[in-house]
Amino acid sequence: MDATVNLTVNGVKWTVTTDAERSVLEVLREELHLTGTKYGCGGGRCGTCAVLMDGKRVLSCTIPLSEADGKAITTIEGLASGDSLHPVQEAFLEEGAMQCGYCTSGMIMATVALLKEKPRPTDEEIVSWMNVNLCRCNGYPKILNAVRRAAEKMRR
Amino acid sequence: MIEDLLDETVDPQLSGQSDESCQELKLSRRTFVQLLGAGLLITVTEGVSLGRRSGGRSRGSITVAARVHLNLDGTITVMTGKVEEGQGSRAQLTQAAAEELRVGADRIRLVMADTALVPDDGITAGSRTTPYTVPAVRRGAATARELLTRLAAKQWRVDGSALKVRDGAITNPKTKQTITYGDLAESKEVAEAFKQGVSSDVAVTAVSEWKVLGNSVARPNNRDLVTGAHRYPSDIVRPNMLYGKMLRPPSYGATLESIDLSRAKAMKDVVVVRDGQFVGCAAPSSFRAGQAIEAVAKTASWKTTTAHPSSKEIFSYLKERARSGRSRANTRGSTEQGLARAAKALSETYEVAYIQHVPMEPRAAVAEWSRGNLTVWAGIDWPQRIQGDLARAFGISSERVRVIVPDMGGGFGGKHSGEAAEEAARLAKASGHPVCVQWSRAEEFTWAYFRPAAAIECKGGLDSKGSLIAWEFTSINPGSAAIDTPYNIPNTRILSVGSDSPLRQGPYRCLAATANNFARESFMDELAAAAGADPLEFRLAHLENQRIRTVLETAAKHFDWPARRKRVTGDVGVGLACGTEKNSCVAACVEVGIDRRGGEIKVNEVCEAFECGPIQNPANLLSQVQGCIIMGLGGALREEMKFEDGRILNAGFADYLVPRFRDVPKIDVHLVNKTDIPSAGGGETPIIAVAPAIGNAVFAATGVRIRSMPMRGGLLKRA
Repeated sequence: MDATVNLTVNGVKWTVTTDAERSVLEVLREELHLTGTKYGCGGGRCGTCAVLMDGKRVLSCTIPLSEADGKAITTIEGLASGDSLHPVQEAFLEEGAMQCGYCTSGMIMATVALLKEKPRPTDEEIVSWMNVNLCRCNGYPKILNAVRRAAEKMRR
Repeated sequence: MIEDLLDETVDPQLSGQSDESCQELKLSRRTFVQLLGAGLLITVTEGVSLGRRSGGRSRGSITVAARVHLNLDGTITVMTGKVEEGQGSRAQLTQAAAEELRVGADRIRLVMADTALVPDDGITAGSRTTPYTVPAVRRGAATARELLTRLAAKQWRVDGSALKVRDGAITNPKTKQTITYGDLAESKEVAEAFKQGVSSDVAVTAVSEWKVLGNSVARPNNRDLVTGAHRYPSDIVRPNMLYGKMLRPPSYGATLESIDLSRAKAMKDVVVVRDGQFVGCAAPSSFRAGQAIEAVAKTASWKTTTAHPSSKEIFSYLKERARSGRSRANTRGSTEQGLARAAKALSETYEVAYIQHVPMEPRAAVAEWSRGNLTVWAGIDWPQRIQGDLARAFGISSERVRVIVPDMGGGFGGKHSGEAAEEAARLAKASGHPVCVQWSRAEEFTWAYFRPAAAIECKGGLDSKGSLIAWEFTSINPGSAAIDTPYNIPNTRILSVGSDSPLRQGPYRCLAATANNFARESFMDELAAAAGADPLEFRLAHLENQRIRTVLETAAKHFDWPARRKRVTGDVGVGLACGTEKNSCVAACVEVGIDRRGGEIKVNEVCEAFECGPIQNPANLLSQVQGCIIMGLGGALREEMKFEDGRILNAGFADYLVPRFRDVPKIDVHLVNKTDIPSAGGGETPIIAVAPAIGNAVFAATGVRIRSMPMRGGLLKRA
């Protein structure tokens, strides 16, 4: 059943008329062509599709579009301002914290959300928060380094 | 053809390194004119003679122009058929070209895996990029540099050996005359010179002289990965593109007898295709395509085939169907006599489950037809192979098919086949629109191929002094990778035996070596225990291979093996294992924590030493080794496909448990840089020591030997 939904994505207002059961992930990718947010499992178990909705981390594959009505969404494409990267993006680059990179946008969005809630996370808090995100290249050690580095950068 | 490919790459006879099966593939004279992303025009007007060998080793000669192109802005475009899927080939091949062209890595624009633009460098698999494609690119770049130097020498009428090439400029030190690659970019003489074949004996830069290789060059497109700008195969968007979904059988081998497509046909903007067993829908959204498939699936009538074995009975099933094996070349002496003479003899069977590769990006492809020509963007490991497969599937010449592999989201040996590419092409042809197909996670878990299951029968005999005098090793189903023992044993009999796999199986990270090395290194530990020897001393006493000795001693030293071995308790154990495959060597020491009541095995620490010759990119190699160690934890402790009646029972992350952040142990990696041999690949072998070292540590703590992968902690509860 089609519905009309208003949402703001990376500061841009959109009115989307489509099936309200479609996931936010699918609408971002297929309607808005914001393909930086990736499909990983469709069931909220890998974190690959993480975005911010009203500043909080959500797994966009699990959110029907109808629930995003009136919400503000930030995707990986919305983090940098012009040529200047977000500190979390910088930290991932500096640590070389990606292999295939397919999980990277989800990892970065999760980190941005974490540092908003906990600017000084302990290692245990980082692991606990990030544990939903899968990396099948198993690049976890460098990703953990990137999260720690990002926390330091954002405190400066 | 897809099945052929899998058989071929899993077949031990074809995974070898012999040259005999080299076959030349002559392509007709043709012209490539392509605009690259940076607005650069590439024209290659050569009769290209590409060598193609089964199993993926590119041979034969290509022209310099097919490999190297000078651009006006001073950058250099370099072309390769290899794909980037996270293993680091983009940085490494960029470094290889930069090294020989005497420029910084930032001057190289690497075009990868586009059949319209690149030479066939074979399949991206088997750790072959480092030993074969890096040298091929280096020879291409070195030949280009020599030709350019020769042209400058001719122009200046001096001896070419007197000229210096540095930072993309050729200089005559005496006259201070200089000409840059950019100056030469449009030269007709260069175009003529680059028609020459790449020299097979051109000198490449010695390791001691490396300026770009040997450094931790970052992945050239890494910024696009952190901004979301990079388009993976599943991210390609074409004008008026539709999204496709396929009808899948309810179980393996089920055939479609009848189906009513009318409900899907009645849906707005939905295209429905049936061609024999193929039923697919394309629609303006994945959601709509999925709804259409659901609507017709309810009307489908299926004929299911004979009974399938379940995962519970898979090992007896494979053993019952084992075929006669081929003896390995290093079989020697008489194991019958050796075992009969032995003071102690052991006989055990190890079992290894089917597992999935689980790349983060499931199979994906976008297909577009235009005037009878097909272009496909796909996440696959060998663009030229899939190009041929598609040409055959649609009855057109290969010239009409272009396959492009954007840097993709993981593979681990699991993306050799092009199912999504063919599905997208069928739907695109029928609908008249470009079509994107991305497999769901459940589809990837069910319909992609699996790492083979294995049953491995081991027999070993010790003499009265505790020396190994007999070794029998019969490996049923996984293949022959790392099957030969590196240990010095007078009587050996080693067999790789095929069987009838009920699941579709194919390559994996280091393939059969994950199974064969698990069995061998676990059984070596059993024999060490039977001999009353320390596992490290026992191995070293039988090991002549100096490279393996070095990594074993390096790992043991950094782990402080002798002292920690003495501190083993019922709750904390240590174990080690080593191995060699694909011309690289690995050893790991691990510490496990045991919760016998809860039936839990927790890996606390892994110390691994790895050596693959001269290290070309230390940061990337470290990533590969770390990734192998943690991926290895999954296969060691949790991952296994569960199946029954031809259905996968755990086709999702809820029931198929892969390593997560919480599982990451303390990891201590030691990369041994051995500079007096050629470089070997490093993305696979580091995985093979992990599982046996864990099993050996569990035994050290508990006295319980777990002879299966995954090693279920529950076995410790009963023991």
